[in-house]
Amino acid sequence: MVAKEVLTGMHFMNGDEACCEGALAAGCRFFAGYPITPATEIAESMSRRLPQLGGIYIQMEDEIASMAAILGASWGGVKSMTSTSGPGFSLMMENIGLGICTETPCVVCNVQRAGPSTGLPTLIAQGDMMQARWGSHGHYEIIALSPSSPQEMFDMTIRAFNLSETYRLPVLMMADEVVGHMNERVVIPYEDEIEIISRRKPSVSREEYLPYKADDDWIAPMANCGDGYRIHVTGLTHDERGYPAMNAEAQERMVTRLVNKIRKNRDKIIATKNLYMDDVEVVVVSYGISARSAMKAVRDARSEGIRAGLIKLETVWPFPEELFRSVAGSAKALIMAEINGGQMVLELERSVRGACPVKLVSNFGGAIIHPRTILDAISKAAKGKL
Amino acid sequence: MPDKRERHLLISGFGGQGIVLAGDILGKAATLYDHKHATMTQNYGPEARGGACSSQVIISGEEVLFPCVEEPEILVCMSQEAYTKNIKSLRPDGTFIWDTDLVHTRKTDMHFKTFHIPATRMAEELGNKMMANIVMLGFLSAIEPVVHAEAIRKAVMDSVPASTKDNNIRAFNTGREYGTSITKGLVKPEPGKHQD
Repeated sequence: MVAKEVLTGMHFMNGDEACCEGALAAGCRFFAGYPITPATEIAESMSRRLPQLGGIYIQMEDEIASMAAILGASWGGVKSMTSTSGPGFSLMMENIGLGICTETPCVVCNVQRAGPSTGLPTLIAQGDMMQARWGSHGHYEIIALSPSSPQEMFDMTIRAFNLSETYRLPVLMMADEVVGHMNERVVIPYEDEIEIISRRKPSVSREEYLPYKADDDWIAPMANCGDGYRIHVTGLTHDERGYPAMNAEAQERMVTRLVNKIRKNRDKIIATKNLYMDDVEVVVVSYGISARSAMKAVRDARSEGIRAGLIKLETVWPFPEELFRSVAGSAKALIMAEINGGQMVLELERSVRGACPVKLVSNFGGAIIHPRTILDAISKAAKGKL
Repeated sequence: MPDKRERHLLISGFGGQGIVLAGDILGKAATLYDHKHATMTQNYGPEARGGACSSQVIISGEEVLFPCVEEPEILVCMSQEAYTKNIKSLRPDGTFIWDTDLVHTRKTDMHFKTFHIPATRMAEELGNKMMANIVMLGFLSAIEPVVHAEAIRKAVMDSVPASTKDNNIRAFNTGREYGTSITKGLVKPEPGKHQD
């Protein structure tokens, strides 16, 4: 029996398995990783599925090497990914920066568990959100998505690959232990219904091609190793040829483009799901598994007659600050629900610039936020008692 | 409070007993063959085997938002530790099901709807104690029909290695027949083990 690339149909699978199937449906054919709870099932599924499809699975010696390997595979012309959790994500940071500097499409899925350090290996947190934004050194922009269910693990992994291929950078899937280990219905569509985007190829001759010369949308077409174009890949600041250029002007030019290719395309990248936002007084903002507790709390608040609404962040980076600035003008309060000491709430506060109160509902990890806790905050906010 | 339309189950034991697989099969049966919504989450420690372990299953006609089972209406215990840890969470009107040989209950538990089966022993007699979880699922399907038995059978077939399908279906049917005969009062269950 020939293995299928796309397992069209209805399944009952966990988020990690759905992530693997989403990656394969997106065209991923190379996985390098090191197993770690609660992301192990992604690697395990990949180790079973990739050889069936003629792809390559490598268990590396550590996460530093894993990240390096997927960058290399991507330059070889293959869509690639790795998966990990907190401790491994820390090790990947330097090479995520290499991927950003060299504009290498790939996907990293972090199934978050509670830290710092080894922390709670089998229990949830959402404590790596700022690490996702700023964990590698230097100044850059990043794209990160946050799934709330196994179905979204499938759907968003496809989107993560499409974004990475479009904008040429490592795209981060910021999942969490509960979503990764939760089994639910996952509907996998027909192959021809799945939108797949692949990196833009050079449209000029080999003589004219400059590997880091962008088109009008700030994105440079990418030739793979072996395509016959002259390329040079380095983490040093480089010019349009890819050659090291050790001066402030080259730095300014290169980083401006790395930043602008995301900033100038924010509207195409940012995705939120807005519920009950028409007549809203109290806005709950959340992402990942916490968004489900938030949705339950908002529905319960509505049934109590409180005009609550939810903005669920599907992309967490870039942060939709314009959206919140516009919402803050008419809201009594914004509430951020997240499983950390307060990370995305800082962005929320920065975005609303004091236009309305911002309240954090959180814990430090180990358990998901109870809808009742969020409902309490909504009730207080509706009464103006935050 | 959990949504009234939701059925909340907690299956508990130790790592290696197939506790998570049992929850997976139940959720799969509900989702794929009974066309309901189901969410299964799992709890376990850093140990691979032997540590306390549970799977939480919510079955509903509607989308499940909050996936935690805090006060199960059905509690299955397959180890003493699981019993000690989880019995306090069972709703007062809940159903308490346990493995006769592996759990010493208290007399005070008898205000629950109580049912027990020597699932591990039965699985051993069928040739493999690893099928105790499937015997238990068969028993559960007779006691509390939250999911159709035929749906669970199909999900068992999907979930176990090909060479063990027949044996697992036999294990399921054995547990189900034992459960049916108890609910119909055809046989008196063997005495459970109490401590007080």
